[in-house]
Amino acid sequence: MSTSFAAEINSVLAALILLTSFGLLVQRRIYGLLHIFAWQGLLLSISTAIVGYTAGLHHLYISALLTLTIKVIVLPYILYLLIHRLRIHKEVEAMINIPATMLIGIILVILSYHLMSPITELSNLVTRSTLAVALATVMLGLLMMITRKKAVTQIIGFLAMENGLFFAATSATYGMPLVIELGVALDILIAAFIFGIFFFQIRTTFETLDLKAMEKLKEEE
Amino acid sequence: MREGLYPVLIECLQVMTVLIGAPLFAGWIKALKCWSQGRSSAGLLQPFRDLSRLFIKETVLAENASWIFTATPYIVFGSAVVAGAIIPVLSVDLPLSAMADIIALVAIFAIARFFLALAGMDTGTAFGGMGSSREMMIGSLTEPAVLMSVFTVSLVSSSTSLSHMAHVLTSHTIELRPSLAFALMSFVMIALAETGRIPVDNPSTHLELTMIHEAMTLEYSGRHLALIEWANMMKLFLFAALGIACFFPWGIAGANEIWMLPAAVLLLVLKLALIGVFIVFIETMFAKMRIFRVPEFLGMSFLLATLGMISFFILES
Repeated sequence: MSTSFAAEINSVLAALILLTSFGLLVQRRIYGLLHIFAWQGLLLSISTAIVGYTAGLHHLYISALLTLTIKVIVLPYILYLLIHRLRIHKEVEAMINIPATMLIGIILVILSYHLMSPITELSNLVTRSTLAVALATVMLGLLMMITRKKAVTQIIGFLAMENGLFFAATSATYGMPLVIELGVALDILIAAFIFGIFFFQIRTTFETLDLKAMEKLKEEE
Repeated sequence: MREGLYPVLIECLQVMTVLIGAPLFAGWIKALKCWSQGRSSAGLLQPFRDLSRLFIKETVLAENASWIFTATPYIVFGSAVVAGAIIPVLSVDLPLSAMADIIALVAIFAIARFFLALAGMDTGTAFGGMGSSREMMIGSLTEPAVLMSVFTVSLVSSSTSLSHMAHVLTSHTIELRPSLAFALMSFVMIALAETGRIPVDNPSTHLELTMIHEAMTLEYSGRHLALIEWANMMKLFLFAALGIACFFPWGIAGANEIWMLPAAVLLLVLKLALIGVFIVFIETMFAKMRIFRVPEFLGMSFLLATLGMISFFILES
C-alpha cells in the first residue's frame, strides 16, 4: 500500500466521519443516533490503524483497538442500557429545527477549514488535509450539545466531540503518546458511568431528563 | 472529419436516441416494476402505444384556457429536446454543447417547469394550482442543490461545459474522490425529486391529495398530454444521462471517435438498464414521504452537495 493511496483512503474516511457527524445532527431517533455514533467510532478506528500503518507507528494500532472496543462496543452499549432503563422518549428533541441546524453545521465546516488552512500549510504529514475535518467534527459535536434538549443526546454530542479531538490528534501529530491515550480512554469510560449515575439522579429529582427543568434550581428574585 | 457534416450527424443521432430511448427507458422501468411485484408487464413498447393513442385522440381545451395553456406542451417538449442536444449522451462531440453549459441546462429545465406551473394555474382548477405551488416549492429547493452537485464535478474537471467535463473525467485515471461520492449521492436524491419518482412524488398515482406533477397536467388531453408525457419521460432519461455524463462517463465517445459509437450505444443501454434496476429498487424499498418532509429531504441533498464541494477544497486540493 503506497503512501498516496493510504492518504486517499484516509481522506475518504475523513469525509465519511464528517458525514457521520452531520448524520448525528439530522437523526431524529435516539437509537439511530447510537448507531451513527458507533459507525463514527469504527471509521475513526480504521483511520487510526491506516495512519499507524503508513507512519510505521505501532502504538497507533493499540489506540485503534481501544477506540474499537470503547467507542464502537462499550459506550454505545452503556448508552443503550441507559436509554432502555430510563425509558427515554425515542424522539430527539432539538432547540432549533433540523434544516437550520444543518445550515449552521455547513457554516461551521467552512469556518474550521478557514481556521485550519494556515496550520495545514505548516504540516508535512500525509494526514494534514484531514485536520479541518477533525476540527469540524469537534465543532459539530459542540453544536449538537448546544441544540439538544435531552441529557442523553448532549452526551452523544460530547462523545462525538471527543472523537473529533482524537481524530485531530492522529491527523496533526500521528497520535498522542500512548499513556495519554490510555488515560483519555479510561476517562471517557468513567465519564460514561458518571453520566449514567447523573441521569438517574436528575430523573429522580426532576422526573425528566429535559435539562430545561434544571432552570428551576435558580433562586427566585 | 471534424469539419462539415459529422458533428451535425452526431447531434441528430443523439436527439433521435433521446426521443426514442426515453419511452423505452420508461417502459423498462415499468416492466421491471411489474416483475418485481409479480405482475406480468405490458412490454417495453407500451409507452409508445400510450403516446400514439394520445396523439390520435381529440384534444379538449377548457373554455377559459389562454395561449399559455396551448403553448406549454410545445415549450416543455422543446426544452426537453434542447436539453437532449446539450447533454453528452453518446458522444462529447456536440456542436450545440458549446452554446450552453451546465448552468444553462438547469435554466432550460427551469423554463419548462415555469411554464408547466403557469399552465397548471391557467385553467383555474383547484388541483392545478395546488400542483403548481407544490412543484415550485420542490423546484426552488432542488435547483440550488443540483447546481451545487454539478459544480462539484465542475471543480474536479475545472470546466462548466458538460462535454468538457465528461471528456476530462474519462481521460483521468480513476481516483478515490470523496467529493464526487458526495455529489453523486446528492445528485441521486435531486434526480428522484426532479423527475417525480417515489420518495417525493408518485408518477403512477392520480390520488388527489398526494400528486404533484399529475395535478398540473390534469386538464391536458390528446396530443398536448402526449407531448407532456413524452417530455416527462425524456426528463427522466436526461437526468439519467446527466448522471452518467457527470459521474460515470466511461464509454461516451470522444471527439472524432466514430468507431466508438456502437460501443457507446451498447454501454449506454447497459448503464440505463442498471439505473432502471436501481430506480425500481428504491421505489420498492421506500414509501412516498409526506410533502412536509420533502424540504428536509432536499435540504439533506443540498447538504451533501455542499459537503462534496467543501471536501474538494479540504481533502483534495
